[in-house]
Amino acid sequence: MNGATLHTISVLVEDRPGVLTRVAGLFAARGYNIDSLAVGPTEAAGISRMTIVVNVDESPLEQVTKQLNKLINVIKILEHDPGTAVERELMLVKVRAEGDARARIMELADVFRVSIVDVTASTLTVEASGKPEKLEALRELLSEFGIVELSRTGRIALARGERGIRERVLKAAKAG
Amino acid sequence: MTGSKMSGADALLKALEQEGVDTVFGIPGGASMPIYDPLVDRSPIRHILCRHEQGAGHAAEGYAWATGKVGVCMATSGPGATNLVTPLADAKMDSVPIVAITGQVPTPVVGNDAFQEADITGITMPVTKHNFLVKDPADIVATVREAFHIASTGRPGPVLIDLPKDVLLADTTYRWHDNVTLPGYKPTTKGNQRQVVEAVKMILRAKKPVLYVGGGVIKADAHQELFDLATTGQLPVVTTLMARGVFPDSNELCLGMPGMHGNYTAVTAMQKSDLLVALGARFDDRVTGKLAAFAPHAKVIHVDIDPAEIGKNRVADVPIVGDCKDVIGKLAAELHKRQDEAGGPPDRSAWLGQLRGWQDEYPYRYPTDDGKLKPQYCVERLRALADDDTICVSGVGQHQMYASQYWRFEHPRKWINSGGLGTMGFAVPAAMGAKVGRPEARVVAIDGDGCFQMTAQELATSATEQIPFVTAILNNGYLGMVRQWQELFFDERYSGVWLDPNVPDYVKLAEAYGAVGLRVESTDEVDTVIEKAYSITDRSVVIDFRVDPGEMVFPMVPSGASNDDIIVGPESIQSTTDPGEAPIA
Repeated sequence: MNGATLHTISVLVEDRPGVLTRVAGLFAARGYNIDSLAVGPTEAAGISRMTIVVNVDESPLEQVTKQLNKLINVIKILEHDPGTAVERELMLVKVRAEGDARARIMELADVFRVSIVDVTASTLTVEASGKPEKLEALRELLSEFGIVELSRTGRIALARGERGIRERVLKAAKAG
Repeated sequence: MTGSKMSGADALLKALEQEGVDTVFGIPGGASMPIYDPLVDRSPIRHILCRHEQGAGHAAEGYAWATGKVGVCMATSGPGATNLVTPLADAKMDSVPIVAITGQVPTPVVGNDAFQEADITGITMPVTKHNFLVKDPADIVATVREAFHIASTGRPGPVLIDLPKDVLLADTTYRWHDNVTLPGYKPTTKGNQRQVVEAVKMILRAKKPVLYVGGGVIKADAHQELFDLATTGQLPVVTTLMARGVFPDSNELCLGMPGMHGNYTAVTAMQKSDLLVALGARFDDRVTGKLAAFAPHAKVIHVDIDPAEIGKNRVADVPIVGDCKDVIGKLAAELHKRQDEAGGPPDRSAWLGQLRGWQDEYPYRYPTDDGKLKPQYCVERLRALADDDTICVSGVGQHQMYASQYWRFEHPRKWINSGGLGTMGFAVPAAMGAKVGRPEARVVAIDGDGCFQMTAQELATSATEQIPFVTAILNNGYLGMVRQWQELFFDERYSGVWLDPNVPDYVKLAEAYGAVGLRVESTDEVDTVIEKAYSITDRSVVIDFRVDPGEMVFPMVPSGASNDDIIVGPESIQSTTDPGEAPIA
């Protein structure tokens, strides 16, 4: 994975059946791998927000963005500048925790300010949220104990500052 | 406002009617039967029963090409719907506005592998501009409105509406919606004036400008604006395969078709130009040849309604997003203004003189002294004996290139073919659709023997529905374009291309389908037979032209080669092709 070509894109879409397929299909049709894709409702009824992390060069990305814009159910697309975006991801990881490993894992959780959300005689489940780099560092450290299972949500992102893209979109929609 | 009660199917037909639809091409089936019931006595819409759904789809395309209106086709669920995939993909590539309506299995069994079920919205997602699965009869009218709006505005394209049988049968209340609400769909139609001014400055500075005109100018009905722009600025015009006729071939500024089988002057004018003004054209690989070597000295002004086309293949120095009618009109107005101030267009006599020199030196030509019946000659005579209002439709292959080269086009919407997808079997059904849309015009389909056999069954539709047109088969007994490439690039190893010119007997086949069958075996019969064919107006006519199987399409730029390496004719083949760089179609 080359960090230089990783892009985080927010896509506001109408909440309709098939929209996810249309968006993902555009990437698939061009052979691009989506690193992560997270979808959820927004503050506005009927509008969902997709956050897509994709590994593409600048020029094909522009073409994909333009093609995304052509999808009828896509309302707005924003590519995040990594410097001015808040990016978060959630991870659940179940780790082997027997003997002295248990204390060391709890210590790690403490340092990373993440929680233990499930405990068994032989495992601990850690819930962590934060920047993808932090989760990556934690995963790396936990892997020495033996990871039983791991699940990540994929990245979500918002631009810093007081204005949101939906506000701008609605204004533009009214003006247009 | 209170609406009236009716079934979903009735609401569908009423909405189509209110959209101005007069004709639907289709084939019924189990899932779409509810739509067919009101067609018996409650709907004024003419349904034309085709013999294959692919035919219905191409007929809708032909209708749309010829009229500028939205064409409509209809199929039942499953196999009926999947047979529409090819015309939908074809319409997507060539920006043809059509609406396809498909029946679907009832909603309770959707996704259940029910009899004749196919996930047609899933299948057609990549080949439509948009598609809909309607699950509530109350949504039918709004969906029809949205579908027609999407198909006909912005960059036109195909839209599919999938209607489950129970939704068609259910009661609903008919309510027309005046406004279409699509928050994510707002095509930019007005060109930016600052960019227009910038473009005109570049046009005035250019010494060797070329207007590179594509199908978008026809779609935008911008031929008058184009004529004004070209003649005002004394700007030479190339018309791509998709744009033939949008600028009259007889005008001295017209250079004709560029590209893989374009003429020397059009191809070389673009290569040597210092400014390309791309209008509704998309720098297709069949036009540019090897992209890195295409028009190396040219600045680019790119006008297109689809922002995704601008910069896709070639960077634009001045990009202008907008409808060609609006933008070309603005360009012409600005050019008028500035030239009036300057006292006329810049002196481009050297450039225009050079172009004329090339035209004189390198016209389209073919051998005429070997006594064989040449396909090019057949096209020339088919055109010479027809009037300017005649609509020429083609399939895909050598005959398509001969038609685009040797037919003389004077008006837009007189040339219909499958450019982007290159769909064999396009001509017969598209010609039928064109004739339905423009019944007063003569329609001539120039087809290949390979193409013809893919959709010839629509001649039965033509006979029973009385839609007469002429099909001229340039019968060379081969899949000719593939044969040509095998000859040039695969050491004449003719694999899988021989069709047998006698099977079927095209004259008997025509007669079996209720058409008139005629045959031409030698050059001296050509005019007599064409005149006879043109004199028959109450039935379709098929002419079996037994043309020279060895004839090839020239000029030619081999796939992947630079346009500088254009092969003008067979005599220059050895020196310009490298078998090590055998192209892939």
